[in-house]
Amino acid sequence: MATSIEPNDSIDSVASPPTTWDVSWDRAFRGMTHVFSWMTILLVLYILYEIGGKAVPAIQEFGLSFITGTTWDANKGEFGVLPEIWGTLYSSLLALAIASFFGVSIAIFLTQDFLPTYLEVVFKNIVELLAAIPSVVYGLWGIYVVIPAIRPAANWVHEHFEWIPFFKTSLSGPGILPASLVLAIMILPTVSAISRDAISSVPHKLKEAAFGLGATRWEAIFGVIIPASATGIFGSLVLGFGRALGETMALAMLVGNSNQLTVSLFSPANTLAALLANNFPEAGKQEEQVLMYAALLLMAITLGVNIFGAAIMRRASAHMKGATK
Amino acid sequence: MSQEITDAFEDIDFPTLERSLRHPRTFFSSALSILTGVVTVVACIPLFSVLFMLIWRGGKRLSLSLLTETPPSAFESGGGFGNAIVGTLLMVGIAILISVPFGVLAALFLAEFGSGSKTASAVRFCAKLLTGFPSILAGVFAYAAVVLVTGTYSAPAGGIALSILMLPIVMLTAEEAIKMVPHRMKEAAIGMGATQTQVVWKVILPTALPGLLTGVMLAVARAAGETAPLLFTALNSNYWIVQDGELALMDPTASLAVLIFNFSGVPFENQIELAWAAALVLVMIVLVINIGGQILSRNKVTS
Repeated sequence: MATSIEPNDSIDSVASPPTTWDVSWDRAFRGMTHVFSWMTILLVLYILYEIGGKAVPAIQEFGLSFITGTTWDANKGEFGVLPEIWGTLYSSLLALAIASFFGVSIAIFLTQDFLPTYLEVVFKNIVELLAAIPSVVYGLWGIYVVIPAIRPAANWVHEHFEWIPFFKTSLSGPGILPASLVLAIMILPTVSAISRDAISSVPHKLKEAAFGLGATRWEAIFGVIIPASATGIFGSLVLGFGRALGETMALAMLVGNSNQLTVSLFSPANTLAALLANNFPEAGKQEEQVLMYAALLLMAITLGVNIFGAAIMRRASAHMKGATK
Repeated sequence: MSQEITDAFEDIDFPTLERSLRHPRTFFSSALSILTGVVTVVACIPLFSVLFMLIWRGGKRLSLSLLTETPPSAFESGGGFGNAIVGTLLMVGIAILISVPFGVLAALFLAEFGSGSKTASAVRFCAKLLTGFPSILAGVFAYAAVVLVTGTYSAPAGGIALSILMLPIVMLTAEEAIKMVPHRMKEAAIGMGATQTQVVWKVILPTALPGLLTGVMLAVARAAGETAPLLFTALNSNYWIVQDGELALMDPTASLAVLIFNFSGVPFENQIELAWAAALVLVMIVLVINIGGQILSRNKVTS
């Protein structure tokens, strides 16, 4: 009797085995997701190929002298990006120094029960909203608010401490200091959010043990919490640094686009990203290839820093998993 | 007896359990607490300063003509940036069309079909690389791959550049959202005899939808404010994208961000004011999308 029921008999049951259409659509869809994930890898390779490939003529022509050269003259066909590399590293390191002090302080302040929870959430959201403001708006704000605000102080410092190389020139308008200040604000959310995660993942027991031994709040923070989360905090700094290196608009608007090697905080300079932003739209054929070379250098620097940062973060989270067990 | 014990204890000089504020350790600790509090408050100043300046300098120019007129030339007064708003929306729209299907399909592979495979970890690595990718390099790439091939600065070139920046955000948040779908729901569907694809369409995607939307909104908020990738892919334009009833899709296209950049350094007061007004409009768009996305993700966690 039971053998007479057909598999597709809809009177006794609504269940049916997958039809050929279901099976083939299933295979096709799974294949499609597979293809798109491979396309992510191919996209990264394609980006490397496009930028690298377009840079080849310039690499062959200028080679390593491009990295050590200091002049940029499209008419004479002389190109060197040492000032830009220096400006990129200098402004990013300066921004990182400012952002790490603020970011780590904020991370500590918002995780160590100084404030009621709702205030912690409010401050956390305010700092994260800083990341939502487009960088071109920060540039505009920097031109009309930051530069006028710091110019008197900067020029006072220049007049009285001219013998210190950092203050050798006066601040006339755009320069490294305003650019770095704005850059610091832009990477602050990255630094504070990642170090907050690192600090809040330190097991509570460690802090309680320190309090039990009679440590004050800050002795516990400096002696136990920061050492335990040091890898994570360091990782946040490296990732923040990577972000600062690639940041373009704020620097293109504030750093002054002047091709010079300088340690003075108040003098204009240039960065690789700003160089690209300012010269690319009007570049001729040869300059375009040279700019592709500069883009390749920028990509190499930022990718290196970001991979390094990601590796640290992976080690930090592995380290923390060990601590909680 | 008990009185004697109490008396005996009174003779012992116990250290007090209260810490005097004058004690250097306590003082140091309190001082640092105050210092970090001040630092945190100081860090909030830039945000309020930016918002205040936008409302103060950009707010006075807000009017309907901003949305209906095209940018003025140097010595003109008035004008608006309606074409730039349209251009921004168009390019972000193109970027959404590319990055959302791409990102969600790849995320399905990462979280469902290929989770734990070597391909998945390589893809995840590439997506993380793209997150840290400087935005200007997306522009350089789109210039090399699209502008040089088509021979013209255009809205699609700008959209493609933006989609590269949106893709990793969409992909990684979608992966997280898909992983959050409870295992039991999937198992119930599989137990009923559904194929994996049916599980994805009928169970996973509807359940993960708020998370997916959050990722898309965060990505859109980032893309809308990006300037660098548009500088030499979409360039700029002073005209509407639709002229005489024809869609000039393959022509240079205006965007709010590039307009702000171009007008920020000029000596003409009218154009500077327009830059502030454009910045206000852009920040409002970005913040609304951003806050919307965060509210969406908060609801998802509590439900």
